Amino acid sequence: MLAVSELKKSFLSPEGDRVEIVNVATFALAAGEQFALRGESGSGKTTFLNLIAGILAPDSGRVAIDGVEMSALNEPKRDRLRAEKLGYIFQTFNLLQGFTVLENVMLGMSFGPRGADKAHARDMLERVGLAHRLHHFPRQLSTGQQQRVAVARALANRPKLVLADEPTGNLDRKHGREALALIREVCREHQAALLLVSHDEDVLGQFEARQDFGVINRAVQEVAR
Amino acid sequence: MTLPLIIYRSLRQHALSTLVTASGIALASGLLMCVWMVKTQAQATFTQTTSGFDAVLGARGSKLQLVLNAIFHLEASPGNVAAADYEMVRKHPLIKTAIPIAVGDNLRGFRLVGTAPELFDVQYAPGKKFTVRAGGRIFAGDAKEAVAGSFAAQRLKLKVGDTFRPFHGLAFDPKAEHADDFVVTGILEPTNTPVDRVVWLPLRGLQTMSGHDPKAATDVSAVLLQLRTPIAGLQMDMMYNKQGNRLTFAYPVGAIVAELFGKISWFDQVLALVAYLVALVAAGSVLASIYNSMSARRRDLAILRALGAKRRTIFGAVLSEAACIGALGAVVGFAVYFVLFIGVANIIRAQTGVVLDVTAFHPVLWISPVAMVALCALGGVVPALKAYRTPVAETLAPAS
Repeated sequence: MLAVSELKKSFLSPEGDRVEIVNVATFALAAGEQFALRGESGSGKTTFLNLIAGILAPDSGRVAIDGVEMSALNEPKRDRLRAEKLGYIFQTFNLLQGFTVLENVMLGMSFGPRGADKAHARDMLERVGLAHRLHHFPRQLSTGQQQRVAVARALANRPKLVLADEPTGNLDRKHGREALALIREVCREHQAALLLVSHDEDVLGQFEARQDFGVINRAVQEVAR
Repeated sequence: MTLPLIIYRSLRQHALSTLVTASGIALASGLLMCVWMVKTQAQATFTQTTSGFDAVLGARGSKLQLVLNAIFHLEASPGNVAAADYEMVRKHPLIKTAIPIAVGDNLRGFRLVGTAPELFDVQYAPGKKFTVRAGGRIFAGDAKEAVAGSFAAQRLKLKVGDTFRPFHGLAFDPKAEHADDFVVTGILEPTNTPVDRVVWLPLRGLQTMSGHDPKAATDVSAVLLQLRTPIAGLQMDMMYNKQGNRLTFAYPVGAIVAELFGKISWFDQVLALVAYLVALVAAGSVLASIYNSMSARRRDLAILRALGAKRRTIFGAVLSEAACIGALGAVVGFAVYFVLFIGVANIIRAQTGVVLDVTAFHPVLWISPVAMVALCALGGVVPALKAYRTPVAETLAPAS
């Protein structure tokens, strides 16, 4: 489902030096697999997810999703692939504040090949327990409810791969566990692979397949040396 | 639904600045359409308003003043025409019709004009003749009777059988009342010409009114003329204007009024310039309001991009939003236009009797709204480019 090889990304520092953030030799994820990466702040894990999602272009290397090489595509095609095959759950949820819960989910679908499907959006929101909040705006929801909207939005487009960046970072332990269980459950239902990054041991501990991002990211190893 | 929804929600989120900006556009569009329509209609209507006459003969002076006084019932008379001169022109073989008029009195601000009953036999516009409302009739030439134009009758609340006393002068002065009583014998149907603003009296009735100079009792203020042939106008022009030096022959009436519009063309140019400036400022405010909101919207745009929206979708959304503000302003601009136009048309009607048609069409009625939308879309290009360049990863979260 996901194959990464020799993926590199660096940024210019304020001093004008080029600083390498990501340098991953290989990383792969099978269809439906759920995998967690442990990483502290500044370890480059969000950049890694952004490279996989095609939001950032790598300096070199390749990212292939469902057999399509993302890193070889131009930007509009990357956007298309992202809308078609990826779901992204952010730590800060990144809901559109001016749109209702239902519209947020439908917007997530509208850029994909199947377009916005109101009935499916409703189903997804019902699945995450928000059938009674369809026409509320995000600011009218609790933090936990907002995260559930983000989950519904990420999965509404029937993605092959879900990227979750610290998805419980803004929730308390109880709600964090509930949210994580929901994400994993819904991914399983939709046969979507899940790649989650977090620094929270409680979250990481719930994954059988997990790894330190520092182990696969040679850029961090260089800094450490 | 994506693009319309994004635009709609964005406009709602920034409702106040949307309304303020659209109001500016509406004002500019309404003003522009109004200036244009009043200008073109007024020019067309005034130059076509001849009351059915080809020329006016009056005292030596300005042709324009003569026409404004005799046809539009504005301005003061430049002087009198002696009875002998009137008789001469009336009998001239090149003249088909000669109708004398005498002015100098008013009824509570509305002009009283003395004339011959034959005036009402003339077609005031092609195929249109004066008609008196049911129950009335044209005055007798030798009686103390009056026929009121429709607008004057409405404003003065005159009806058949009413009697009134004229007031001396063109401006109403309650102390300058004449001692003669006139009976209203008829009210004219509306003609949408300056005739509607006049109360008509028999020429003799006005000339011999108490208080008027008996020595001038046979003089007239002007003579309205219909020519037998167009070439007659040139011959009469030669006779009165070039060879003579006592009288003025104003011909053709329409061309003389057109000269007036030529002289005041600077005025509508100034108004149009103001409208253009308002439009420009409004387009600038579209740019400023959307551009200023970009900081607050960067995150939303980045989220949309992260969800798979293409850069050109984001560009199109911002550009369309600007165009929508323009379209909203253009639609409201029609309301502004109608209110302004009706106001101006009422003033023109009250002052001159000339009626402008609010339902008339002119290409400016589509050109102006389309130009406003295009101008606003142009104003949206800069913020749209800013949106287009929004860096998704940086905007959404700091890298970790």
